[in-house]
Amino acid sequence: MSYPLPPDYTRLRKHAVSPDFDHDERARYNFLANLNRYIATAIAPGNKLAYDLRVAPAYEAEHGRPIKDRHEVKEAISRDPIYQTWAALRRSTMEMRQQNGRAVVLRQARELAQKAHEINQKHDRLQIKSEFKVPPYLRHVDNHLMPGSYHTSLFEGDVANAANYDSGIFVTTAGMLGTLTDGGGKAIAAWVKETYPDFKPSRILDIGCGLGHNTLPIAAMYPEAEVIAIDAGEPMLRYGAARAEDLGVHNVTFVQADAEDLSAFASGSFDWVQTTMFLHETGGKAIHRIFKEIGRVTAEGGLNLHIEQPQYTPEMSCYEQFMRDWDAYYNAEPYWGHMHDLQPESLMAEAGVPNAQFMQVGVRAVNDLDPVKQDRKVAEDFGRTPVWNVFGGWKKQ
Amino acid sequence: MSDELSSSHAGGQLKAPDFDTQGIDDVLMAGDKSKGGRPYFLEDPSVERVMNITMAVATELAVVRERLDTLERLLERQGLLSRADMEAFVPTEAQAAERQGWHARYAARILRIVQQEIQAVAEPENNRDMHQIADDINAM
Repeated sequence: MSYPLPPDYTRLRKHAVSPDFDHDERARYNFLANLNRYIATAIAPGNKLAYDLRVAPAYEAEHGRPIKDRHEVKEAISRDPIYQTWAALRRSTMEMRQQNGRAVVLRQARELAQKAHEINQKHDRLQIKSEFKVPPYLRHVDNHLMPGSYHTSLFEGDVANAANYDSGIFVTTAGMLGTLTDGGGKAIAAWVKETYPDFKPSRILDIGCGLGHNTLPIAAMYPEAEVIAIDAGEPMLRYGAARAEDLGVHNVTFVQADAEDLSAFASGSFDWVQTTMFLHETGGKAIHRIFKEIGRVTAEGGLNLHIEQPQYTPEMSCYEQFMRDWDAYYNAEPYWGHMHDLQPESLMAEAGVPNAQFMQVGVRAVNDLDPVKQDRKVAEDFGRTPVWNVFGGWKKQ
Repeated sequence: MSDELSSSHAGGQLKAPDFDTQGIDDVLMAGDKSKGGRPYFLEDPSVERVMNITMAVATELAVVRERLDTLERLLERQGLLSRADMEAFVPTEAQAAERQGWHARYAARILRIVQQEIQAVAEPENNRDMHQIADDINAM
């Protein structure tokens, strides 16, 4: 069979705070992962066909000039029935994924909170702030259509949204991020180790760590390093600290902090500052304050790396820009589009990394679920395919 | 108070918070709407509504199919059923009639609305607006 089937949900590695799934709950995830794969494989390519064959030509005929940017693509393609069907289905699967994930974790919210609490009682690598103020860019949107986003606790000690997020990435990416959905972190850790074999970081800061999916592979690659993982989301931190403890990664401390204010950390106190798929979930003013703080806490000669989706450059077709923009508006990641319009070189300059030290590479997720087939061509699912752009650089010495 | 406090400490451990999940209605809250207006992509939002309902039902059919598959494989593992026999199964005449009858009724249930829309065209005398009928009955 040449069709690339997603793995079965039972192939994911479970840990002590993984939500329990019964038979039918697993089956729902299996079907929805398949549905996403099918939509990406069989229906999404129809968008490009429709665009090339009728949407773009019709626009040009009507306006006497070709479509000039992604906003005009949006306006024109939104009237096309193939696009309409694809978009309606993609939105529908995302909503179903949220409903089904929430149904799993809400019914066991108490047990999940108790499990996380019991594990977190046994170590001191979790710091929750009593008067923490959630950044406004998080309060205004439910990222990925997840009600309550990363920061909402339904009761004291709640970890339900983190458990939902943890389990549901399997559906959204159709299992392409590996047994612990940590393919992104594994890829960046391996890339740094291979590219800079002499780099021995002693303190690493991971900003916007979420539940630590991508933090743990870095911490495991550098077991001598002290890793500080910060996030605004209390459920994510509680769940992440318990998950890390159970997975045997003991050099990460999960700290509730606002990336715009890293005053808890001394200047120049980290020799590696990392963000992974975080910046596009911030805000247009916040991002500059964040980079200023990143620059301040990075040690002279320290490394900055930021994993993101590709920036929108003039070389990228406006069709591709629009398709990559889709999640911004329709999967509730509204800063995505604006963020990818920024020049990463200038963001890094704000963090004290001169253009001469700037670097940008592409990284593909390490998928241990399917090592044999991971190179098999799977249809491009814009914004969901685990191939990322990494930018960063070494702070000038 | 100090007695209460010490009794809440079991084996020197702090008592776990009272994880109060009373207010969580997992049936309704699972389907909570996320922030922001919902986009509709099809020309007619009512068609998109039906599409969403249909996809959810399709998901449940897949779930039942997977459950049935689990059942068959467990029964086969226990020697109670042969999947090869299942694949080769030929019903008797009576069994076939019963099964075909089920399929027919199933199809009719799914497509009821289309059947009734056709009936409405075929029998206009039975398709008058209920407001008119109400007025008529009021005069009866």
